[in-house]
Amino acid sequence: MINIVWGLVFVLVAPVLGGLIAGIDRKITARMQGRVGPSIFQSFWDVAKLFEKENAVVNETQIFYAICYVIFMAFTGSLFFAGGDLLLVIFALTIAQIFLVLGAFAANSPYSYIGAERELLQIMAYEPMVILTAVGMYVVTKSFNVSDIAATTTPVILFIPGLFLGFIYVLTIKLRKSPFDISTSHHAHQEIVKGVTTEFSGPSLGWIEITHWYETVFLLGFVWLFFGFNPIVAVVAVIVVYLLEILIDNTNARVKWQLAVKSSWAIAAIMGIVNLAALYILNGGIS
Amino acid sequence: MQFVQLLIFLILFPLVTALFLLVAKKEIERTWIVKLSAVAIALVTIWLLITTFDKGELYSPAIPAEPIGLVMFILEMLIAVFILYLGIRHRKYHVIALILVQSVMMIFFELTYAHSTAVTSNLFVDEFSNILALIIGIIGSLICVYSLGYMKHFHEHHAAIPDKRNIFFFVMFVFISAMFGLVFANNLLWVYFFWEVTTLCSFLLIGYTKTEEATNNAFDALWMNLLGGIAFAGAILWLGMAGNSVMGLDQLLVSGKAIALIPAALIGFAGLVKAAQMPFSSWLVGAMVAPTPVSALLHSSTMVKAGVYILVRLAPIFHGTVTGYVLALVGAFTFLIASGIAISQSNAKRVLAYSTIANLGLITACAGIGTYESIWAAILLIVFHAISKSLLFLATGTVEHRLRSREIDDMSGLIVRMPRIAAMMVIGIAGMFLAPFGMLISKWAAIRAFIDAPFGFLFVIILVFGSAMTVFFWAKWMGKILTVTPDSRRIEGEVDRSEWTALLSLAGLSFITTIVFPLLSVKLLEPFLMENYGQVAQLSQDNIIIMILMLFLILMLPLSILLPHRQHRHLSPYMGGRTTTQDLRFSGSLGVQKKATLSNYYLTRYFGEARLRPIGVWLCSALIGIMLLATVLRGVIV
Repeated sequence: MINIVWGLVFVLVAPVLGGLIAGIDRKITARMQGRVGPSIFQSFWDVAKLFEKENAVVNETQIFYAICYVIFMAFTGSLFFAGGDLLLVIFALTIAQIFLVLGAFAANSPYSYIGAERELLQIMAYEPMVILTAVGMYVVTKSFNVSDIAATTTPVILFIPGLFLGFIYVLTIKLRKSPFDISTSHHAHQEIVKGVTTEFSGPSLGWIEITHWYETVFLLGFVWLFFGFNPIVAVVAVIVVYLLEILIDNTNARVKWQLAVKSSWAIAAIMGIVNLAALYILNGGIS
Repeated sequence: MQFVQLLIFLILFPLVTALFLLVAKKEIERTWIVKLSAVAIALVTIWLLITTFDKGELYSPAIPAEPIGLVMFILEMLIAVFILYLGIRHRKYHVIALILVQSVMMIFFELTYAHSTAVTSNLFVDEFSNILALIIGIIGSLICVYSLGYMKHFHEHHAAIPDKRNIFFFVMFVFISAMFGLVFANNLLWVYFFWEVTTLCSFLLIGYTKTEEATNNAFDALWMNLLGGIAFAGAILWLGMAGNSVMGLDQLLVSGKAIALIPAALIGFAGLVKAAQMPFSSWLVGAMVAPTPVSALLHSSTMVKAGVYILVRLAPIFHGTVTGYVLALVGAFTFLIASGIAISQSNAKRVLAYSTIANLGLITACAGIGTYESIWAAILLIVFHAISKSLLFLATGTVEHRLRSREIDDMSGLIVRMPRIAAMMVIGIAGMFLAPFGMLISKWAAIRAFIDAPFGFLFVIILVFGSAMTVFFWAKWMGKILTVTPDSRRIEGEVDRSEWTALLSLAGLSFITTIVFPLLSVKLLEPFLMENYGQVAQLSQDNIIIMILMLFLILMLPLSILLPHRQHRHLSPYMGGRTTTQDLRFSGSLGVQKKATLSNYYLTRYFGEARLRPIGVWLCSALIGIMLLATVLRGVIV
């Protein structure tokens, strides 16, 4: 059931796709703000430029953590696209994220330190919802394997609409969009300098940017799973969800971390209980 | 019947060692006695595994139980007199009352019902006992070896505390003996006896330093566990009064819920206390005043594991009953609340304490649900928690002696200051919350087990929130250790050989168990589940391969540092444009150089002990009340 080919395809194609999505994102964002905006290939030029710069560091271990971050994110995504176990995918995602946090801690710098703590708060905020989504998909499709969930003919979304809404909510955190871009952000206005990425520069920062592309593609793949029964609907849904995230990003001011954690948890708890309980009753007491 | 001899050896040999240690006054004698017996105990547990391998449950032939039972009763009464004496000397009236009630119950039982009980075999061994025996025999022994070095330093640092190391090691080995007895005993009277011995031993170890705080906390642990002991005695008395002459664990498990549920609930209550579930969690946190090896022994491999051991044993009785569900809820809420409190703790040992309580809660939840999948998860949790947690306790102990502090914020830059011990600590922490290490696999197993159980989604929801908080407090600790502070001096020095042996062995075990875990599952857990539940749980081949892949990635990546690489230009951290040095000194407005210090988030306002603990205490007390009530009602209705 694991298809290594798809995993390899992800490793090679996702950066291209992710970079393009980032470029389109910037273009649309610019239009929303009444600017012309850069070319949709701008993200690639930016990263290429980063790789030409000197790799100046606060200490050597940062580079190590940045590399680990990208390796584990690529691993997470390829495990997902290869059709692996969804829970294992989420755990691999956590490891990747922890490497970024450790890189920020390792720099021993006030701004990246605060960024690291906030990144951890974000992980704490989104993780329950993501796991509950995986559990919901298991209850509907009787399998944790991405390959089975993607191949199902059951319209997953109709059974777990609550979990879908909750997932969209925490997706904002994961895509580092306002109002939840509290640990680092793509916007120029940043309250704690650059958060986790403050002390990364040159190629290291380039790797982090590429990791973000990998992550975006992986997360949109996750959205796909809700609509796996019909590929056309799925593509439309993924696009609509991403556009919605851009809209949210551009119409909301950053909130305090308290609100980010509290609201994500409240939504995860409410959606989790209501939707899973409904499924439970629907299945006649067999969850 | 070779295995019976091995069982008896494992129970008696640590006892003999203990007696030798009591009289050994010289350092060199003690060192050798401890080391040799540790090796012997570890080897015999492995030997026991080999001889009983693939044989399922083995029951001892009838040992002349009458005289042994009498000896145990007399010893119990001596323990009671001793506790009574302590209670009077320290004016702890609740302890006096509890021990009196308990003794009266047991004397009454002995006089009225003892002759009518007939347990054919008093000792037994199966895969689960074997796993526990390995944990006690290997990890327990390693902790004793570690104590050799630790206690030497301990008394050098704390000159005011009287050096009673002979008593210390005596109690440690008695404890190990009692734990072996507990996991091999089939006769509930024997289980009860060993149960009470562990209670007394933990009291003595917690109060070892004889400071006022230590004594008070030791009494806290004592009265709570005596309360549990009363419940256990109540279960025995109930079984005696029921007149079915059921007194063996094997008989209890097959006697049907009508007979077994009430005593199981009572023993379950005792298990909850011993496993430090809320509202009884405070004894475990208080026990952190003891020397660190004591905490390691009590909270990773023995005392608390006795509590969850009995819960897992009785799980088939709890399965599908209201009692079991409410028991599971107590565990689940303890997991949730204790994980939250751990975020707010800045003291490393208290973080470990709350994390221990949390994980025991998860095991309790699995036991309460009692399906084959959840028991599979519970046993995995027991194994992996024992390894990672003992490693963490011992590493913290060694660090504490160098830094003279248990505060996590003081561990900043540990990777520079004490690279080798820091590496051990990082392995321990990774083992607690990162895939593909054991604890995370077990949590994964728990999620799967919960979702397949009736009303399991409630438990899944509790689990995911608790688990998210777990990530937060472990990761910030790990980050603190791995912060690179270039100015720091190396202060590792020579780590005592015995300490180093224990640390390295446990770190090695964390990796080895992660790799051989499929084997452990197939060869030990599955037969046990098959015998007791008729079904087995396992991970698919694909997932095992992926996990091994992840493990290799994690192992290989640190080695990449050894590869030749360019030296990069080093810059100072960014501090708002100020001129800054590598060690966070910056020039302030008046030309004075100042130093910035970094501290972790503790979020006391949200996760503080004062805020969350009362919720946990009331909630879990109410649940335990409901559990006992539901059990009684069921008895009335059926």
